[in-house]
Amino acid sequence: MSGALAAPLPGAAAAPSSRSTSKKVLPGFNITLGYTLLYLGLIVLIPLSALVFKTFTLSWEQFWAAISSPRVLASYRLTFGASFVAALVNVAFGLLVAWVLVRYSFPGKRIVDALVDLPFALPTAVAGISLTALLAGNGWIGQYLEPLGIQLAFNPNGVVIALIFIGLPFVVRTVQPVLEDTERELEEAAMSLGATRWQTFARVIFPSIAPALLTGFAMAFARAIGEYGSVIFIAGNMPMVSEITPLIIIGKLEQYDYAGATAVAVVMLVASFFLLLVINALQGWQRKRSGAS
Amino acid sequence: MNLKLRSLVGGVLLAASTLASAQQTLLNVSYDVAREFYKDINAAFVPYYKKQTGKDVKIDQAHGGSSAQARAVADGLDADVVTMNTTTDVEFLAERGVVAKDWAKRFAHNAAPTTSTMLFLVRNGNPKNIKDWQDLTRPDVKVVVVNPKTGGNGRYAYLAAWGYVKKNGGSDAQAQEFLSKLYKNVPVLARGGRDATTAFLQRNTGDVLITFESEVESVNREFGANRVDVVYPSISIVAENPVAVVERTVAKKGTADLAKAYLDFLYTPEGQEIAAKHSIRPRDAAVLKKYAETFKPVKLFTVQELFGSLSEAQKVHFNDGGQFDKIYTVK
Repeated sequence: MSGALAAPLPGAAAAPSSRSTSKKVLPGFNITLGYTLLYLGLIVLIPLSALVFKTFTLSWEQFWAAISSPRVLASYRLTFGASFVAALVNVAFGLLVAWVLVRYSFPGKRIVDALVDLPFALPTAVAGISLTALLAGNGWIGQYLEPLGIQLAFNPNGVVIALIFIGLPFVVRTVQPVLEDTERELEEAAMSLGATRWQTFARVIFPSIAPALLTGFAMAFARAIGEYGSVIFIAGNMPMVSEITPLIIIGKLEQYDYAGATAVAVVMLVASFFLLLVINALQGWQRKRSGAS
Repeated sequence: MNLKLRSLVGGVLLAASTLASAQQTLLNVSYDVAREFYKDINAAFVPYYKKQTGKDVKIDQAHGGSSAQARAVADGLDADVVTMNTTTDVEFLAERGVVAKDWAKRFAHNAAPTTSTMLFLVRNGNPKNIKDWQDLTRPDVKVVVVNPKTGGNGRYAYLAAWGYVKKNGGSDAQAQEFLSKLYKNVPVLARGGRDATTAFLQRNTGDVLITFESEVESVNREFGANRVDVVYPSISIVAENPVAVVERTVAKKGTADLAKAYLDFLYTPEGQEIAAKHSIRPRDAAVLKKYAETFKPVKLFTVQELFGSLSEAQKVHFNDGGQFDKIYTVK
């Protein structure tokens, strides 16, 4: 149970995924487990339960009204939809980036490798402002796209772009170590048995990296759902069109509606938790399948 | 969140500096765009207070979104005084018992030593020939304005437009229709005042920016004069900048007299003049007259006149399901 939940957390991603751990791998297992639970409780569970308790000040009708007004519903659609699309894009291009970084050497590779982590390090508001500066109607890139009728800033497109930006490192950094571990001999064997490049990828490489890709997807997706700073500058924030759910929450806080804000937050929390569970189940299924074959 | 963090850091620094010296310190928790104004106020107040009482004081300031700051104070940030740009933020603190219930009566003019009003910034030369609120509903005009859900600036802009219709004899229904038309022309709802200014000036979005008169000064300073023209609509709203002593903190720190002296200073001719230099409307008639060039006469109405109070306007217009939401959700 705890293993299944821990997998999408960033810290767990670095751990080798397929090793079966025996109980005695850590000395003083009971103490370490106790410490782990205490730490998780202090850092994660207490704040989250405070969030849930705050919503108890609302009656059921008030809670329902807070989480189901048309503006809020529109914002769920945008937040979850844009996060999903952005995570998908990141899976495709993150795999490409990871592949290039693992399999090829070229001048400046280390710099490229370091660049991947920039979205981790950058304050997201900076990212949002720079992306807006690039893509707005008078920006470096935007000025050429706007005449073609392509508007990337101040609408849902901008939201997706900002979320792609902040999500990229999650996919690259989860897939990279797995790719490094896959043995080239396997590919060579496949080829010597007459497999085409595509067959090799689909039958040999892909199954071994699929769980990592799913993990990367889950993390990029989860990160995108909560993202505020980078999106807020590029979204345009029009109600029903380009308002993300975190903005709704901030809006409620500005009205001193703490309970309403936490109600919406709880909805997001439950939804993302559920999605992460689904992705985890998928991942487990994948791993079992690829491990069995 | 960041703003709150900044306030917290301010609080920690304050605590550290109190330990370091016996010198009295005062923390003024204020809204975002008042940073430069209070910097000048503090520079003038310290020698003034020294002359009056012989005591050295140190003034710290923390700035952020007005209601984010109010929340930080309510949650325990040890501000001695709060200086906000919307009365609702101070009322919120009064409800929590952090400032006195009758805070508005503790100082003259509703405890608002200064005011501002909403006006238009248009691009140099006013190419779209925008003169009044009516022009903002023209189909060829794009308006940049702050989201009233997230900024006091946006609430005043909305109420000013509403007041324009009402003061010209319109009904509530007509005002509602006017505002729907106006907000249909809004391509970007900025999160706060600074956001709106950036969208308008740096991203070149829209033809007109509705903002505080006091923002004109910072626009000219940051983006250079002559980038924008100021348009005074025929009528606009009085936006009071309320101040209050945070009773909870001054009781604990023993800074009640200092806090009162600090806020009183804002009412002195010297304090009023500093406000005027920052394009914040002084209450002092003489100072206002002296700066007539900055503060062109506009017919002004107060929130109380048309909406009862800002909190009532909040309930009717800006809370979830209110009039503002209907603009976007009712087709």
